[in-house]
Amino acid sequence: MEEMSSFLKVIVFQLNEEEYTIPVHQVGSIERIMAITRVPGTAPFVKGVINLRGVVTPIIDLGERLGMESTRITEQTRIITVKIGDLAVGLIVEGANDVLDINQELIEPSPEAIGTEDLEFIQGVVHLEQRLLVLLNLEKVLSLEEALDWKKAEV
Amino acid sequence: MDNNPYLEVFIDESKEHLQAINDHLLLLEKDPEDLSIVNEIFRSAHTLKGMSATMGYQDLSNLTHQMENVLDGVRDGLIKVDADMLDIVFDSVDGLEAMVMDIADGGAGNRDVKRVVKMLEGIEVGERSTTFAFEPAQQTYPSMNLSIDEFTRTVLEQSKEQGQQNYRVEVTLRDDCLLKAARVYMVFEVLEQLGEVILSVPSVEQLENEEFEQSFIVLLITTSNMEEVERKIHKVSEIERVEVAEFLIDSRLPELSPLEEDDPSDPVNNIKSEEKIASVTSEKTNQRQVGNKTIRINIDRLDGLMNLFEELVIDKGRLEQISSELNHTELQETVEHMSRISGDLQSIILNMRMVPIEQVFNRFPRMVRQFSRDLNKQVNLNIVGADTELDRTVIDEIGDPLVHLIRNALDHGIESPAERERKGKESSGNLELKAFHRGNHVFIEIADDGAGINRDKVIRKAVSNHVVTEHQALKMNNKQVYELIMESGFSTADTVSDVSGRGVGLDVVKSTIEALGGTITVNSELDRGSIFSVQLPLTLSIISVMLVEVQKEKFAIPLGSIIETAIVKKEDVMLAHRKQVIEFRGKVVPLVFLEEVLEVPSSHEKDEYLSLVMVRKKDKMAGLVVDSFIGQQEVVLKSLSDYLSGAYAISGATILGDGQVALILDSDALIK
Repeated sequence: MEEMSSFLKVIVFQLNEEEYTIPVHQVGSIERIMAITRVPGTAPFVKGVINLRGVVTPIIDLGERLGMESTRITEQTRIITVKIGDLAVGLIVEGANDVLDINQELIEPSPEAIGTEDLEFIQGVVHLEQRLLVLLNLEKVLSLEEALDWKKAEV
Repeated sequence: MDNNPYLEVFIDESKEHLQAINDHLLLLEKDPEDLSIVNEIFRSAHTLKGMSATMGYQDLSNLTHQMENVLDGVRDGLIKVDADMLDIVFDSVDGLEAMVMDIADGGAGNRDVKRVVKMLEGIEVGERSTTFAFEPAQQTYPSMNLSIDEFTRTVLEQSKEQGQQNYRVEVTLRDDCLLKAARVYMVFEVLEQLGEVILSVPSVEQLENEEFEQSFIVLLITTSNMEEVERKIHKVSEIERVEVAEFLIDSRLPELSPLEEDDPSDPVNNIKSEEKIASVTSEKTNQRQVGNKTIRINIDRLDGLMNLFEELVIDKGRLEQISSELNHTELQETVEHMSRISGDLQSIILNMRMVPIEQVFNRFPRMVRQFSRDLNKQVNLNIVGADTELDRTVIDEIGDPLVHLIRNALDHGIESPAERERKGKESSGNLELKAFHRGNHVFIEIADDGAGINRDKVIRKAVSNHVVTEHQALKMNNKQVYELIMESGFSTADTVSDVSGRGVGLDVVKSTIEALGGTITVNSELDRGSIFSVQLPLTLSIISVMLVEVQKEKFAIPLGSIIETAIVKKEDVMLAHRKQVIEFRGKVVPLVFLEEVLEVPSSHEKDEYLSLVMVRKKDKMAGLVVDSFIGQQEVVLKSLSDYLSGAYAISGATILGDGQVALILDSDALIK
């Protein structure tokens, strides 16, 4: 369906006053913040694990993962659970409140100038009227090596 | 195709029948004269033929039909059971298996079976002159007269043609003989060396149970002469008289068959594997009973049930909390009742997931037969305790490691027949596969009576492969040396063979078993054999833990590694090598402060007492310092996501009654 209409359905969420998007088909659910159990010896952006309907699911602070400050927990804070392959992970975001259809033709490659380090996490940007939406590259965000590399360096 | 509601049943049942055919063929190989086995195979094959014809799988039905013809010939005594004939039948079973697998994968079950069919036909033709429809009769045979059935006749006639002698041997024991069964056994052992015992009156079973007076008669096929037979039997003590006479096949047709249905006519085998036969017969009856009472359930549904139940347990925990807060009597009673029911439910669900290890063991007899043929070795496989039950999660994982261990035993353990004879052992080696429960664990032992582990050879190899240094090796005891063979990059075989010996294997086995929460040990005696002993948890999904609190966080410590808990005063802590230790029951035990190790955020000061959980890893101990003990609990083990699988000293997670996740500590990692 997506390919045919060349529209991409995405979830829009806020992070550090910017708007980010993830394709809907990668999203499992959106949860309110719940009790997180810390797991020792993991990267700082890994906040721990939650009980997501009987499945122990790791939670990462997306802001921290992208090199920003850690997200402050408020009423609006949400956990977006995403699934890539066999890996299910919850992302802490400031708020998730929109679903959009984006014409794939409007997706532009990420502007080189924004920054350097966290650029690899970005798949592209979309200009939509007044809004600038950043399309995340989830595979990179959740890359296992990153989480483990960190650990090796630390130990 | 998949919509066919009968397809699944057909596939499952076909697999079962094929397994049954496999099993019985192996039995038949050991016991070629036992017609009851042939009947079992025939029955399975017949059902399979009927089913596949109904389902429209023509090739499957054709091949089965051809196999049935051969079996029919065997039943009628027209075809002799030997290794070559069995090879072809095994081949055709393989073909059938492949077709069924193809059907299971959504194929049409077509396969070129012409070659096998030709071979089967080859066995079948030529000897189809007369057909006796023969069913073994059920009578026992108290009289001392030897009368033979049609099948025995054929065997006797054949042996006569091959220039062997048929003797009727009557052995009378002395009146004062105490252990009659033992004497019988010894006599049979002598007889087996001389030739083949094809019949005995009373039956072997009765002889074994000492259900006879002083004498018994056997029919012996041998190449030795009468005097020799007589002399050899007389070597057994407490024998009164031995009468050997030529047995003439008289023309009169037998009216009675002395063969009982479950009486294999190979007596030595029978006596030796008494236990096995007992289990086989009991299995037979069990299967009959169970057959009427079971239904098939898709494993996914069981897993779904388990998951739902786990959630129910968590909700139950919450409900218990709420009801105790509300202090409402009726509510509390209801909740208590619900707790009891869910406890029962839990044990039922867990039991449903327990499956006999038979499922894994089933495929070994075939495998052992194949390997031993490939390696030109003779091996008797003895399986004990196949009905031992294990959680399905463990069953799924344990197959491959066991295959490795068995290959290893066949390849490196058991010697070639010539080698064995040189060492003064029986030319055929013995391999025992044994499963049993002990405590909360299941043990699987693979024991062979082969070459054993050569300590010097292992050390040489280990040193040359840099697994250990020469200096280290000298200080190791035998057991430690044996463990070396399970280090990675180790293979002591002189030549690399197809069966095993690529240097991967035992180390993989070890790590797989350890990943399952089990352990593997090896024991060996040079030229006497080796025993690999695998210890596994009963289930991977539920474990007993001790819940402890460290600051505000809860952790679970597996009960298996805990020795005891203790509370000590702060001033009892001493310093040794700048490490904090305590003296505990005469030993100096290092302390591990979980708060520091696990980087727990600190919120309150410790009081003057330390709560300790004493844990053990083999012979080492450590005291884990916690803030408080919550209690002992059975918890459902959840794997930590791959994302975190490397987390330090954490082996998994569980969900507590309040819905929160608690981490399970890997105390082994904390003991240095």
